[in-house]
Amino acid sequence: MAFDSLTEKLQSAFKKLRGKGKITEADIREGMREIKLALLEADVNFKVVKDFVAKVTERAVGAEVLESLTPGQQIVKIVHEELTALMGGSNAKINISPKPPTVIMMTGLQGAGKTTTAAKLGGLMKKQGKRPLLVACDVYRPAAALQLEVVGGKLGVPVFKIADSKSPVDISVAAIAHAQKNGNDLVIIDTAGRLHIDEALMAELIAIKSSVPVTETLLVVDAMTGQDAVSVAKSFNEQLALDGVILTKLDGDARGGAALSVRAVTEKPIKFIGTGEKLEDLEPFHPERMARRILGMGDMLTLIEKAEQTFDMKKAEELESKLRKQQFDLNDFLEQFEQMKNLGPLENVLGMLPGVNKKALAGAQLDEKKMGRVGAIIKSMTPKERRNPDIINSSRKRRIAAGSGTQVQDVNALLKQFEQMKVMFKQFGNMKKGGKGKMRFPFA
Amino acid sequence: MVLIMGIFDKIKSGLTKTREQLSARTMDVISLFSKVDEALFEELEEVLIMSDVGFETSGEIIERLRQKAREERIQDGEALKKALQSIIADIMGADEDFAVGTPTVILVIGVNGVGKTTSIGKLAGYFKSQGKKVVLAAADTFRAAAIDQLEIWADRTGADIIKQQEGSDPASVVYDAVSAAKARRADVLICDTAGRLHNKKNLMDELAKINKIIDREFPQAQKEVLLVLDATTGQNALSQAKSFKEAADITGIVLTKLDGTAKGGIVIAIKQEQDIPVRFVGVGEKADDLQPFSPEDYVRALFE
Repeated sequence: MAFDSLTEKLQSAFKKLRGKGKITEADIREGMREIKLALLEADVNFKVVKDFVAKVTERAVGAEVLESLTPGQQIVKIVHEELTALMGGSNAKINISPKPPTVIMMTGLQGAGKTTTAAKLGGLMKKQGKRPLLVACDVYRPAAALQLEVVGGKLGVPVFKIADSKSPVDISVAAIAHAQKNGNDLVIIDTAGRLHIDEALMAELIAIKSSVPVTETLLVVDAMTGQDAVSVAKSFNEQLALDGVILTKLDGDARGGAALSVRAVTEKPIKFIGTGEKLEDLEPFHPERMARRILGMGDMLTLIEKAEQTFDMKKAEELESKLRKQQFDLNDFLEQFEQMKNLGPLENVLGMLPGVNKKALAGAQLDEKKMGRVGAIIKSMTPKERRNPDIINSSRKRRIAAGSGTQVQDVNALLKQFEQMKVMFKQFGNMKKGGKGKMRFPFA
Repeated sequence: MVLIMGIFDKIKSGLTKTREQLSARTMDVISLFSKVDEALFEELEEVLIMSDVGFETSGEIIERLRQKAREERIQDGEALKKALQSIIADIMGADEDFAVGTPTVILVIGVNGVGKTTSIGKLAGYFKSQGKKVVLAAADTFRAAAIDQLEIWADRTGADIIKQQEGSDPASVVYDAVSAAKARRADVLICDTAGRLHNKKNLMDELAKINKIIDREFPQAQKEVLLVLDATTGQNALSQAKSFKEAADITGIVLTKLDGTAKGGIVIAIKQEQDIPVRFVGVGEKADDLQPFSPEDYVRALFE
């Protein structure tokens, strides 16, 4: 049970509410209990949960909800709004100093992902036309400077270090001078991981801050952090006056309750999220999307944006008209597969859809291999066969299987899948006539 | 006895903050309510949840405490605290030595940033101090400079290291290391692996492959698979333990970063739900800041 995600929990909580025409105060309390449990399982701090639930209950137990026609939806909306508000309004950017260089200092506990994130941020800023300089100030962890050099090298971002210096303050000061001389308008200082209760090491960060003009002090927080996120964030904020937070390892299956906790105690915006091991896997944080994801509305916005970048609208329209006329053939089938591949790993795409839980995704990666095979099979068909799969007899099947390095069974399976898809689209087509909205992206 | 007390003190000092936090709250609770009533149980449950024990396990523990309080007619807070301690100690199991025979292979796994490489360095020092010959396998070939980091630890502790180029196949590094451990008659081979999120299927497959190679190439060795957990991790640790267990049968946990304010209470839930014992705790940055875990001491240190 403890593995249930917040999304699943809330979905089940609201299913109970959705089932009724009108809800009572007792229903709201029951729903709130589920939300409380779900948030706790998502590692939101206990006190933050208490406040949140109280706030939502206050808003929900009132005429606003009870007079509404769809009370369940109304509560979802309130919870979503409050979550969004708690995580901080709109998406926040890095402040750029009017007097270059802009200096960003990365701080956090050991293992939060500071070095990797510093490099990712450098890469992102470089793409935005800045001339970043990475500074290796982790003088404690063995080979930390080397790690920064390697990742910096991969991104083409220069790294400043002083091999025999054990003083992060000296290194920072020298780095700023180096940046000014070399025209670097952005300096990212990577510091050693430290415990928020380690007074000597915290004093070191304060010393860096008072020696160089730091524009942005960022706290890097692991999305898997539990209840302690509150004391860590509070302590770093009190001692260093943070400007923002970066949440890492969001590509894991942690629900990231730490995002709520950290925001609630520091009142500082979460500016970026780390979403993968590759050096470009750093994205701006969108509180509204995160809240949606938490609530099981899926990350539709991100998906739609991604889809819009990837899909050729004209082709989509063509496809739509083909679907309507039920002329969908294997060429279109192949095209759909290719476009889906462009969206990125299947598990990422599916993870963004509402109602899809991680358990259902367990086999998704296997499917990706299958998808490659699908491409090979269709590409081994003649244009005529692709337009009219009905002509594919057993001798053609053998040829196709040989050509694509697969078995006749695979070809059969594909043809069967294609038929099923056609039936499904037929249903979609009928649905559209019923006026249930336009279907633009047939992901299925 | 002296040795045991020494270990106890170490954990205790590492857990000072933990203890202050957790016990201060427990004490507050207990002094606040002179008599044992419903509110007191609720407050105690809150304390457990705030220690990352998790909602479910906390609920179960408090339920057992309620029953015990009824059966034993516990009237005051102090006795209730003792009862709570004994319940948690019971879940964590009896003190048990982590004994390694010759040869032993230890595969060290975990998500990114929990302190695998550092723990391996400390483990190497720990076995070295027992006069054992230690070989390290640098099978984290993914993270930049991970090999160099392990190499520095090998130098510090006087362990041998088997490595290849960054980006090479980790399974092949482990294969080489097993051969080297055999040839050099090493007592302990410790394999570092790249941090991986447990929901990445291809990376977990890679881990299963490494695990299989050890089984196949070194069947005569005692095998231990240690999952490294960061004490600051919350409920996700349950999911980590479950997924990693599927790839390689975990024999124990190394709980790191216990010197912060995090309580690492999730290990109680993991022991309860998946019966995986904690073997070592990391309580600091120095080479000797890794200590064999003693359930008795852990619980005592938590509540003292």
